[in-house]
Amino acid sequence: MSSHEHTASLLDQVARPATGYDPVGGRDPLVTDRADFASITNDVCGVIERKPPVGWWVFFLISLGLLGLLGLSLAVLVYEGTGVWGINSPVGWGWAIVNFVFWVGIGHAGTLISAVLFLFRQKWRTGINRFAEAMTIFAVVCALLFPTIHVGRIWLLHYVFPIPNQMGAWPNFRSPLLWDVFAVSIYGTTSILFWYIGLIPDLATMRDRAKSKIAQRVYGAFALGWRGSTRHWQHYEVAYLLLAGLATPLVLSVHSIVSFDFAVSQLPGWHTTIFPPYFVAGAIFSGFAMVMNLVILARWAFKLEHIFTMKHLENMARVILLTGSMVGYAYAMEFFIAWYSGNPNESFAFINRAFGNYAWAYWIMMSCNVISPQIFWFKKARNNVFILFVVSVFVNIGMWFERFVITVTSLSRDFLPASWDYYSPTIWDISTFLGSFGLFGTLMCLFIRFVPQIAIAEIKTVLPAADPHGDPAAHKSHGTVEGAH
Amino acid sequence: MSQPSKVYGLLAEFETPAGVYHACETVRDAGYTRWDSLTPFPVHGLDKAMGLKRSPLPWVTLVMGLTGASSAMALQWWVGAIEYKMVISGKPLFAWQPSIPITFELGVIFAVFGTLFGLLHLCRLPRFHHPLFSSARFDRVTDDRFFIAIESDDPKYDPIATRSLLESAGASAVELVEDRDEG
Repeated sequence: MSSHEHTASLLDQVARPATGYDPVGGRDPLVTDRADFASITNDVCGVIERKPPVGWWVFFLISLGLLGLLGLSLAVLVYEGTGVWGINSPVGWGWAIVNFVFWVGIGHAGTLISAVLFLFRQKWRTGINRFAEAMTIFAVVCALLFPTIHVGRIWLLHYVFPIPNQMGAWPNFRSPLLWDVFAVSIYGTTSILFWYIGLIPDLATMRDRAKSKIAQRVYGAFALGWRGSTRHWQHYEVAYLLLAGLATPLVLSVHSIVSFDFAVSQLPGWHTTIFPPYFVAGAIFSGFAMVMNLVILARWAFKLEHIFTMKHLENMARVILLTGSMVGYAYAMEFFIAWYSGNPNESFAFINRAFGNYAWAYWIMMSCNVISPQIFWFKKARNNVFILFVVSVFVNIGMWFERFVITVTSLSRDFLPASWDYYSPTIWDISTFLGSFGLFGTLMCLFIRFVPQIAIAEIKTVLPAADPHGDPAAHKSHGTVEGAH
Repeated sequence: MSQPSKVYGLLAEFETPAGVYHACETVRDAGYTRWDSLTPFPVHGLDKAMGLKRSPLPWVTLVMGLTGASSAMALQWWVGAIEYKMVISGKPLFAWQPSIPITFELGVIFAVFGTLFGLLHLCRLPRFHHPLFSSARFDRVTDDRFFIAIESDDPKYDPIATRSLLESAGASAVELVEDRDEG
């Protein structure tokens, strides 16, 4: 693009901060290649202002097609009832719950990156937080879909909320399934608000750059009249810190509560105290893998390699390695406790998992989740985009199978051998799951197309030039050349 | 209908965070009260350079969070022990332990909404029309320029002295901003 080249050539004349100048004390710069406020704005907003690349259309149309498939699957489900799925007795929780836990797990990375890394002052989060937050929201939307439809009569869904009704009935507050309703919907709402508050200054940037009246109006309306006042920034930064502080225990609570759906029940294989931390580690694991996949695609498609740097990818690979190993530890510990407890039902449940009728699923889970991320011990692998992408795909496959193994193996072999049965999905189970990727992909494509996918205002703060006490010589020359155009 | 336009104040442009930072210290020390600085991103320490007080927002969040948590506990107690008594698996009608998850969650969501609306209230946003938006130069406040605006109703405001203060503080441009539609 001409404006892009214009900026780039201008930047060549701009005296850059001395090489190796480092905003976070002795580490690599967080934004490589160029270091200038205007170029950041141009690069990020340019993605929205330019025509989308062909790759975007390919993803968008595929996603729309899958979204159509989701619509069809839901119509069939509502018309026919949950009998169209493969669920049976005793396996009453099939893919719907597996998919729910899968998506809600993915939906943890965004808040973790935004909130937890913010509180730990991990400034590298700044490049990827917006993107990861968006991914979180869309994953939670997909997650909420499954419990909503699995109730069967979705027109009676309002009974899960404590709303006074004609029957005088109230939900059972002692049930973890109800805790889940609160946890996931509140997590979704908080994620959206956290994301939106972070977006306000960037929407104002879009408003101020908008060429068309409609774009100006729409971005302007959502920007709420933001004008970058320091009196506002002061409250804004406090609000952001508070929300990060609230979101951090929240994100840890959500998957803990999801795990209570299993752990509070009496079923062997589910009734274990290791579930909450183990589920949270698994959620971070799968969420980072999904962020990794999407960021690799986005930096390639939109040429944002200088903002989504290798440092980001490498750090995410380290988190994947750490949480993958934690998950591996949890798998081993479950086995140990099953044996150590001396409980024959518990021991049977675990031997059945590894060597029973669903052993194939168990070993897919083990090889994808525990073995494949071990390659990230090697720096070469952490810096190879292809390996990062492939291993992240494996991790997501493995984490889906983890939820499948947990949900189905315990149910299909319950206390009474006479009621044992084998569960397999129907075409509608599969189409609904594929369709949920369509929903996720469509939302993701629309986000990339219309919303700044990188936190513009925030990333400027990690540029060396943003420091009011930095090297004055660098600032002065920077200012002079910029002022000339 | 159309009133004669009134002067909103002076808008000074700066090219670097350091520039606006030192200018803010100058304006603060000169004793101005009705003024503001406007930047594309939160410049570290600029609130102190302006002499602003701490934000009261955490108190709003705390009070709302406690309200949410206590309402949740009260709701669960009232439903379980008073309104809809139902023994399930021989468990007590109300106990605090199983009530913790929802208490925590509702506490968080109240606090989050409190923070959002508290933020909007403290910033007096949304406000779609502001005199500063009439300046073409001001479009770059969300890109790469830093500004100081001193309002004409500041007791120390003087069209000439204030302008020269801003210029001597290193402004690359100073312009007069009119207030067209607000009295």
